[in-house]
Amino acid sequence: MQKPPPGTTRDDQPRNGKQAGHLAGLDFSVLQQCMHCGLCLPTCPTYDETRIERNSPRGRIALMRGIAEGQLGVTPAFGEEMYFCLGCLACETACPAGVRYGELFENARPDVEEAGVLSGGKRRLVRALTLRWVFTRPRLLRLVGRLLYFYQASGAQAFVRRTRLTRLLPKTLRELEPLTPRVLPRFSDALIAPVEKPAAATHRAGMLTGCVQDLTFSDVNRDTVDVLLANGCEVVTPRAQFCCGSLHAHNGELELARELARRNIDAMERAAGSLDKLDVIVTNAAGCGSHLKNYGHLLPDDPRYAARAARWSAKVRDIHEWLAATGWRRPTAETPVSVTYHEACHLCHGQKITRQPRAILESIPGLKLTEMPESTWCCGSAGVYNLTQPEMSQTLLRRKLKNLAATGAGVVASANPGCTVQLQAGLRETGSQVRVAHPVSLLARAYAKEKAEPGS
Amino acid sequence: MNPTDLSAQIACRFPSLACLREPEDLLPYSFDGTAAYRQMSAAVVFPTNAREVADLIRWTAQEGAPVVTRGAGTGLSGGSLPTVGSLVLCLTKINRVLEVDARNLTLLAEAGASTADVAQAAEGAGLFYPPDPGSMKVSTIGGNVAENSGGLRGLKYGVTRDYIMGLEVVLPDGELVWLGNKCVKDVAGYSLKDLFIGSEGTLGIVTKVLLRLLPKPAEKKTLLATFARMDAAAATVSAIIAARIIPCTLEFLDRITIGCVEDFAQVGLPRDAEAILLMETDGHPAAVEDEGRQMERIARENGATSVQIAQTAEEATRLASARRTAFSALARVSPTTILEDATVPRSELARMINFIQQTAAKHRLRVGTFGHMGDGNLHPTFLTDERNHDEMGRVEQAMREIFDFAIELGGTITGEHGVGMAKKPFLPKAVGDASLGLMRQVKRALDPDNLLNPGKIFD
Repeated sequence: MQKPPPGTTRDDQPRNGKQAGHLAGLDFSVLQQCMHCGLCLPTCPTYDETRIERNSPRGRIALMRGIAEGQLGVTPAFGEEMYFCLGCLACETACPAGVRYGELFENARPDVEEAGVLSGGKRRLVRALTLRWVFTRPRLLRLVGRLLYFYQASGAQAFVRRTRLTRLLPKTLRELEPLTPRVLPRFSDALIAPVEKPAAATHRAGMLTGCVQDLTFSDVNRDTVDVLLANGCEVVTPRAQFCCGSLHAHNGELELARELARRNIDAMERAAGSLDKLDVIVTNAAGCGSHLKNYGHLLPDDPRYAARAARWSAKVRDIHEWLAATGWRRPTAETPVSVTYHEACHLCHGQKITRQPRAILESIPGLKLTEMPESTWCCGSAGVYNLTQPEMSQTLLRRKLKNLAATGAGVVASANPGCTVQLQAGLRETGSQVRVAHPVSLLARAYAKEKAEPGS
Repeated sequence: MNPTDLSAQIACRFPSLACLREPEDLLPYSFDGTAAYRQMSAAVVFPTNAREVADLIRWTAQEGAPVVTRGAGTGLSGGSLPTVGSLVLCLTKINRVLEVDARNLTLLAEAGASTADVAQAAEGAGLFYPPDPGSMKVSTIGGNVAENSGGLRGLKYGVTRDYIMGLEVVLPDGELVWLGNKCVKDVAGYSLKDLFIGSEGTLGIVTKVLLRLLPKPAEKKTLLATFARMDAAAATVSAIIAARIIPCTLEFLDRITIGCVEDFAQVGLPRDAEAILLMETDGHPAAVEDEGRQMERIARENGATSVQIAQTAEEATRLASARRTAFSALARVSPTTILEDATVPRSELARMINFIQQTAAKHRLRVGTFGHMGDGNLHPTFLTDERNHDEMGRVEQAMREIFDFAIELGGTITGEHGVGMAKKPFLPKAVGDASLGLMRQVKRALDPDNLLNPGKIFD
């Protein structure tokens, strides 16, 4: 334990660490709402592995409260703890008192960043490159995607992996290489027209294509549009969309997150005429959806955007949620396939959507849905967690793969790009033949099959 | 020894023992599930077997260091709150279920096993461990023994004590003893294991627990009745018992709790009802069927405004959901939630509930009451804000009056949460001087230097 610097007392200055602004500025009752009953403990993936209270939601809230009250400073240990948390929000589902852990967590990380307690040169560089640079510039992000695509399509990646050339890379990059997702040859803008109309439209939808989703799963975006069209939605898709900002909000960059929110609102308004001309804004990426619904809370003090952000939040729906609310046409063609469903944290905990994806899967004739144990347990992807905390991420991935294998399913359905990349990497590593697919892609394929086999 | 020295010496003498010493690590162990109590410890250690506990306690006894035993930290009376300069002994890593003996109907578990794991292991063998405290998914079986925890099934199945056949205990001087056995009958000497049940870690450290199991009841029937008057609900309970039916569940919610449940979960309860009563009977299918019908008739005869009987398992879950969400619903209302457990003989329930409501009104407080009507164990729940000192003063005053009245009615200050820190001021009045004197003698005999969980239950 460090002694306070001479001339200061414990009461007027936090001991070893910097002053905290965001946590201290929070409405204190949000922190106080935690009655430390401990019901979150068995649902927290990090606590379950370490059994140390500090690594639990209850423990982390106690630390945050310590900081807000000035009992504890923003120390390196606090910073590390805030980044050891997955932000999976399983604790919010378990909490009897309705503690808004996500809000606390989003305020704790900026305190860590502003205090600079985790500053290493490399960490700063990586954060600047990704959060500030690539993920705020859609065209740059797509250029990076393009380069990755050529690396993969040219056979260079296969060569590098086969010859184990990765051994020559620095350790960080070596660990990252297996996680690089497969980039698709064409991105969403090439696959989806700015406006697409079904024969008879009953609704008008704005379509969010995402950033990583756009590079690596543009086919899922196409499938989503097909499913919307098949269910009577006219689809408006803004071009070269920005990152939704969830990456920034969850990594202590609230200002950047706000800026990205404004640009996304602008882009959608431009494409659709106005938000009021849309019945829904659809997302198919769980992590993004959870954050997109939060724009209203992100911009309450912005005179130009507060009202628009609130309108935006009211209109955002996850694709499964939208289909279930409006009713979707049951496909008729048989698709004999055995599927298990992995629940993305930000779908089941962040948005409390659990029933709808299963109902959609079960509506596909011939599809057999087998529940996996611990379907709501985080797979360790958690945004960039698999990059920042590779060890815990791998532990959770192994746990997920074991539960997945226990079902014997040939396909695992996942509705979040981060989870999908993580699961694909894990399955590839273990030589598994199990495929990962978005529930909506399975539905789109079932619709497509009807056309291929008319009369079925 | 000062705290820094204590933690440094442990690291030096017990190098294989996981030990937390940094403030960021200790802060999360500075409280349990009890509102408004916080105290930092000197260090937290995680032994992995009973032998390590015994070795550590032998050393702390020599050094005169205070030790507070902790399970999952879900207690509601501050029993596992660290005391100043203490070493916290956390047993969550001694957590295996060791044996289910279907021939003797027993289960052997280490103290840190969760109550849910114990219940599940029993169920896996077609057997039944009845005590089900609200925190059972998290709480440890050792903690349940230390606080003699109850649950929703008290009326028919009793509490933790009724299921303890044996205990392995580390005594305050570090000696490891085994008390009890698998025999249903055993009168060889004092029943020492009973001394440690509910002793809140002040007499010894429980490291293993031998539990009695029951055959799993074959069938269960669930009913939900609403009442326009609390005494009608209480009369229903009395009439059911008088009809020689012992339901496994007789849980009630009062009007404020009903309102909070409706605000939170919209389960369709009538907001103008003064009470709702959740009733369950379990056992042989024929008996369950018959008792279910009788309970319905009795509720109607005693003025129930409606009675619903679950026909399917899903319906039963739906009916039980109001009671299950009661605490969550109350806990959301205000920043600080204080859950109390004043308990009275069943016959005095209506008077007690009435008194709680009047007292709350008198002190301008929001108090929702729910609980175990079958066994007289009430949970008046104070919805408050610990930063509001004026209101907290009134909460304290109201609590004092409620406990006094419970004692007056022949009841007790705590039915299932234990005394710990929170009920300490009320204990003398509740048990009387002679009883308290005897407790002190027992404590002095076993722990003369007052090193195990000092300052808990009494000073």
